[in-house]
Amino acid sequence: MRPIESARHAQSNTGGSTGLRERLMDFHASYIRCIDTDALEQWPAHFAAECLYSVTTAENVREGLAAGLMWANSRAMLEDRITALRHANIYERQSYRHIVGLPYLLRSDMDEAECETPFMVARIVLGNNTDLFATGIYKDLFDLRADKLVLKRRIVVCDSTRIDTLLAIPL
Amino acid sequence: MQSSPIKWLAPGQTRIPFAVYQDAQLYADEQRLIFRGPTWNYLCLESEISGIGDYKTTFVGDAPVLVVRDGDQEIYAFENRCSHRGALICLEKAGKAAKDFQCVYHAWSYDRQGNLKGVAFEGGVNGSGGMPKDFCKEDHGPRKLRVAIFCGLVFASFSEDVDPIEEYLGEEISSRIERVLNKPVEVIGRFTQVLPNNWKLYFENVKDSYHASLLHLFFTTFRLNRLSQRGGVIVSESGGHHVSYSMIDEARASAVTAETTQTDDYKAQGLRSEQTGYQLTDPSMLQGFKEYDDSVTLQILSVFPGFVLQQIQNCLAIRQIVPRGVDSTDLHWTYLGYRADTPDQRETRLKQANLIGAAGFISMEDGAVGGFVQRGIAATENQQAVVEMGGDSTASSASRATETSVRGFWKAYRALIGA
Repeated sequence: MRPIESARHAQSNTGGSTGLRERLMDFHASYIRCIDTDALEQWPAHFAAECLYSVTTAENVREGLAAGLMWANSRAMLEDRITALRHANIYERQSYRHIVGLPYLLRSDMDEAECETPFMVARIVLGNNTDLFATGIYKDLFDLRADKLVLKRRIVVCDSTRIDTLLAIPL
Repeated sequence: MQSSPIKWLAPGQTRIPFAVYQDAQLYADEQRLIFRGPTWNYLCLESEISGIGDYKTTFVGDAPVLVVRDGDQEIYAFENRCSHRGALICLEKAGKAAKDFQCVYHAWSYDRQGNLKGVAFEGGVNGSGGMPKDFCKEDHGPRKLRVAIFCGLVFASFSEDVDPIEEYLGEEISSRIERVLNKPVEVIGRFTQVLPNNWKLYFENVKDSYHASLLHLFFTTFRLNRLSQRGGVIVSESGGHHVSYSMIDEARASAVTAETTQTDDYKAQGLRSEQTGYQLTDPSMLQGFKEYDDSVTLQILSVFPGFVLQQIQNCLAIRQIVPRGVDSTDLHWTYLGYRADTPDQRETRLKQANLIGAAGFISMEDGAVGGFVQRGIAATENQQAVVEMGGDSTASSASRATETSVRGFWKAYRALIGA
């Protein structure tokens, strides 16, 4: 392990999780920026090669139902998502504005951190109304071993069971 | 009879007035004559209310409905509306082991069959007040629906005159429901997609086999084109139900000629569907497994007026269409697996679920295209949609370049509306 990493862990072990918290904030900022600026090709890089990404609802989670509106267990599937959005799927041009809240750290060790972060997403279709599209929570498992955080798991738990019209761009 | 002034200008089913998607009076007619008329409406899966007192709340058209399993193991359905002041009796979407149901407003209570059993302070308080002596609780229950169960699907009807469910479906439709629901299923997810359009536009879209390869480009873009497969469309005698299917043609599977011909057809017409050059990075999504005796890889089945059963490879789902006004529709998706699935099989279903639903590679467009029509037909006055692909019949067809099952829908619709 590189010295700087050891220092970070030492800091998080003795002085709370300030270092980790900063890295989490950087991660979220990068994640929502790439989606909201339509740099979707960069989105899969926020995940480990073997990962789980799923978009579901609080109701499904409560009942232990595993299916998602999107469900991928590899970064390659996420890449396919973006290729499909760019070249196959038909939908009106639209963009998101993500606002993420404060991450709540459930647990962390040298290798990984489990974290929950609330989000709100507004959707703007064809530059028209800004509509509240989704709210919910990211239930995340991060891989901390490299400099750059990557997601081993992100379950996007939407508060509502209802999705307006379609969900094209990932949350 | 239809009370709306909409004029159906032509006989047959090849011209549809655009006003039918916009008229509030016709919407009310539909509620009365179709959803509360002699039709069977899907409520839930029998397995979702497997225990005594388990219940779900849902809708038949606009009408709120409570469906419950009673102690006699029978399933009952009644309007979810208190007979006192009309409040909802049950507020939850679903629940387990209810002994009875009590309206929160004035605590009138109902048994699991929808009979009014308790009226708070019926005899008054300290000898004064209370209901009149001749008030008869038996006369004041919510409306009860007839219930029929077919292959684990719970249907209900407001009508006493509706045909028994097997006759209503007919043999061809029944057998294709049985084909998929031949063993116990379990729910693996539920989602609601809010469609910005009239309910009929979505139901027509389900029945429209003509649009599939033109609007949905996922398979062609990734060169997963299966259009050369054999298939067809089955329309029920009433016109209201349909099955669209495709199957691997074993004899032609190894030959590339069909594929080439198909591709050339698209090229010749300059169609958008002809795209090349992309491949899935992770093709595991489509590496399914064979689970039926036949070679049918896709079966979309609809039951009038608002039920869809879907098998796309190993991806199974039920879609319930609930109208929410002239230009809004809720589409309730219930994703299914078989109870006997192995972990690998279940994972395949989770992967293939990417194909369907609000974010589905091959069905997200269906969520939007109805809205394109709804917006496009504003101020159309007497103009009409053209539904003439494949001629004017409502017969079953070996080709899917047809709108026969859309015409079938209008045949059943107009018979019930009296138009």
